[in-house]
Amino acid sequence: MTTPAIQHCNDFVIKFANVNGSGSASANELFARAIIRMGVPVAPRNIFPSNIQGLPTWYEVRVSEAGWLGARGGCDMMVAMNPQTWDRDVAAIDPGGYLFYDSTKPLPPSKFRDDITVLGIPLTAMCNAEYEDARQRQLFKNIMYVGALMALLDMEFAAAEQLLVDRYRGKDQLIKANVNALRLGYDYAKQHLPCPIGLTVKRADAVGDRIMIDGNSACGLGAVFGGATVAGWYPITPSTSVIEAFSSYCRKFRTDPDNGRARYAIVQAEDELASIGMVIGAGWNGARAFTATSGPGISLMQEFFGLAYFAEIPAVIVDVQRGSPSTGMPTRTQQSDLLSCAYASHGDTRHVLLFPQDAYECFSLTAQAFDLAERLQTPVFVLSDLDIGMNEQLCAPFDWDDSRRYDRGKLMSYDELEAGKDFGRYLDVDGDGIPYRTIPGTHPTKGAYFTRGTTRNPYAKYSETGADYVYNMERLRRKFNTAKDLVPAPILKKAEQPTHVGVIYYGSTAPAMAEAGALLAADGIHVDTLRVRGFPFSDTVMQFIAERDAVFVVEQNESAQLRSLLINEGEIDPKKLVRVLHYDGSPITARFIAGKIADALSDRKVSPIGQPQRKVAS
Amino acid sequence: MTYLAKPKLLAADAPRNALGYTRRDYEGAISTLCAGCGHDSISASVVQACFDLDIEPHKVAKLSGIGCSSKTPDYFLGNSHGFNSVHGRMPSVLTGAALANRNLLYLGVSGDGDSASIGIGQFAHAMRRGVNMTYIVENNGVYGLTKGQFSATADKGSKSKKGVVNRDNPIDLATLALQLGATYVARSFSGDKEQLVPLIKGALRHGGPAFIDVISPCVTFNNHAGSTKSYDYVREHNAAVNRVDVILPKAQIEASYPPGSLRRVVQHDGSILHLRKVSVDYDPADRIGAMNYLQERQALGEIVTGLLYVDSSGQDMHANLNTVEKALNQLGDAYLCPGSKALEALNATLR
Repeated sequence: MTTPAIQHCNDFVIKFANVNGSGSASANELFARAIIRMGVPVAPRNIFPSNIQGLPTWYEVRVSEAGWLGARGGCDMMVAMNPQTWDRDVAAIDPGGYLFYDSTKPLPPSKFRDDITVLGIPLTAMCNAEYEDARQRQLFKNIMYVGALMALLDMEFAAAEQLLVDRYRGKDQLIKANVNALRLGYDYAKQHLPCPIGLTVKRADAVGDRIMIDGNSACGLGAVFGGATVAGWYPITPSTSVIEAFSSYCRKFRTDPDNGRARYAIVQAEDELASIGMVIGAGWNGARAFTATSGPGISLMQEFFGLAYFAEIPAVIVDVQRGSPSTGMPTRTQQSDLLSCAYASHGDTRHVLLFPQDAYECFSLTAQAFDLAERLQTPVFVLSDLDIGMNEQLCAPFDWDDSRRYDRGKLMSYDELEAGKDFGRYLDVDGDGIPYRTIPGTHPTKGAYFTRGTTRNPYAKYSETGADYVYNMERLRRKFNTAKDLVPAPILKKAEQPTHVGVIYYGSTAPAMAEAGALLAADGIHVDTLRVRGFPFSDTVMQFIAERDAVFVVEQNESAQLRSLLINEGEIDPKKLVRVLHYDGSPITARFIAGKIADALSDRKVSPIGQPQRKVAS
Repeated sequence: MTYLAKPKLLAADAPRNALGYTRRDYEGAISTLCAGCGHDSISASVVQACFDLDIEPHKVAKLSGIGCSSKTPDYFLGNSHGFNSVHGRMPSVLTGAALANRNLLYLGVSGDGDSASIGIGQFAHAMRRGVNMTYIVENNGVYGLTKGQFSATADKGSKSKKGVVNRDNPIDLATLALQLGATYVARSFSGDKEQLVPLIKGALRHGGPAFIDVISPCVTFNNHAGSTKSYDYVREHNAAVNRVDVILPKAQIEASYPPGSLRRVVQHDGSILHLRKVSVDYDPADRIGAMNYLQERQALGEIVTGLLYVDSSGQDMHANLNTVEKALNQLGDAYLCPGSKALEALNATLR
């Protein structure tokens, strides 16, 4: 071997190539969690097909003591368990990297490379010798390779062993069988392979109190804590597990202890039109209601979004974004629904959007969305994506302030109506554009109104007059402006040195962007960054742009949707906002962002943009 | 014009119901529909039914889609909240509203275009889901607001005002409702309030998915010779299977019927339906028999009306979901939010 073998401790990428449906997912997760138990952060990611069984699937674990949780790109070690994808998997290994495979069936030398370290274990043969049952052979083969990897990477056997004990607590047979398989792989590798290899995991203290969970589960939990009682939904990847999690957390937390009855209602609708219709009906009737969907569902719900906007009905929509349409790319990540949500529907509409960066914010922003929806009496969209939605990730532990009370917004009560308080459903009493509403059943003779779209006067009486329409539209504009300061504020991170260059980004781009900032700084390129967390944009977003010569807008779609939104809402000169776009379906990486920004800045020296030209700190 | 208020003058001796309300208290804004529209008779029947049943107006939520029929909830029950929603999507909005508060009465008002054309999917699924509601279709076989196109309930061979003959097969919503699990299915005629008012009353007290198909002639676009939804045609072809009286639990039963002519059905809430047989030995407890009968008679050109099917033992959506008795929209923070301790315990399992 001419290329030196890669030598890295606590900083490498290992990729598992598996066959979909072979039971590899829980073994791979065991591997990732064992590293976390050793105090070393990992960022695992699934790359999976639109299929249940038989197609290739990959699981990537980035080990990073420095704590970089974005996708890195490249592959230091491949665990090649899928003959179907062997050639491309072997080709994907970085020079000097490692190939781990099942050596039961001999392969010709042409199937390998001479610039990598090849590590073979006869997994199938070992399993066949150990287990009678075909399914057991398959499942324990996965655990066995985890054991072998632990030996190769010099990991603490006890870390995985304890995980199995925790996972299968009370099922001693299962613990024993799994630990046995783990041990078989571990011991074989110790005896027959050069342990440890150049990649190693060493105990550290870099995980802290962080938890590991996927964003969709966090959204489902956030909906429980946010007080959602009604969910109407239709299955669609990658959002389905939001409702599955909501359902399971509801069973746990919302079952009446006295009679076992449900303090929630979940209905699987016949389509997305019906799901959002149910949410809007429930919101109109005073329950906190939500749905979870993805791009095609957003398209189908458009008409209802318009009605809810104009009829001013609270609703929460969790949109787990993906490539679209059809099947295939939809199991890959994207941030491509911004515009279709921001301006969803017919007529002059605009909607409140929230952008969680990780599972922690999937929880906190989903919970907050219900307060915002009721305060603003409008649909609120939580724009997650497949990368954070369906991958487990390290994030800050969830927290909740027990003194917090749900903000039910401007609800007019029985007592207020009885006391003769003036009720105009669409009347701007407080100057913030938000009117008062009543819930059906509030008062026998006061406060009832007929809900329509736009054709009404401030007292909800039918009106086709232009002045009433204009009053209403101007009030809705005021209301949207009120939302600016209610959505979560953007987060500014100043560069270590003064700079005139900024970067705006949002959502799942966050970990890659944080790392890209460090990569650029190491090369002497300093950028201030602003993470946008909500739409409408607060004034600080526009100020950030105004104060800089050039601002890169980093996002995961082809048409630069956040950039368009900034230009449109802030009346920004388009030349000032430079696109950095990643949209091949894989999660964006720090290498990609840093490369694009560095290239663009060096181009700018040749072809400067903007007046007056200031020196770019690069 | 609906923004004109109705006169407040009221005869001093206007009858009052047990709650002290007059019929006027159940009325709404002035109708903007064409003079003679069948829909206005249905609105008047809803007013009468709610007055008779001593329903508190604010305990009713009325929901509709889009179309002439869907405008009508503005014209009755002015003290009830109403929702003029999206074309063909009233059933889902009503379902959501019913999920939020199981303790109101839900009145869904729709048309044949709204329910049988654009909204047939939602119509079907609301029925099979067992939503506790009274779902009235004001069926005139034609699109009124867009001036006279056929809807999906128009009979094959019927002629439009412009002389076009409908070539497509009609959808019979009552048969569909039977097949999909509605537990109270009726058909009536807007021109026959004697029949319609008790059917609405029975539906409002039913406690499960109740559907009423009301043939309601469109005087402007579908009341000509060659139409099968005109006043004349319906009067000539109306074949009632029974007549219903709704007896409230507390009321004295005064009516006397010839022996053998009466069938008694006790509903969930104790209300009693007295079904007087009209001309045939029709069994409204036999779902499959009802479907057969409807199809046989339809083939003969008859419009079968009356209470076609009733099953007072069915479960509604909330029973299926096992939700708590208290309305979900009334549950406070303490009932909904698990709190920080539960969250900390959950965090511990995620490390």
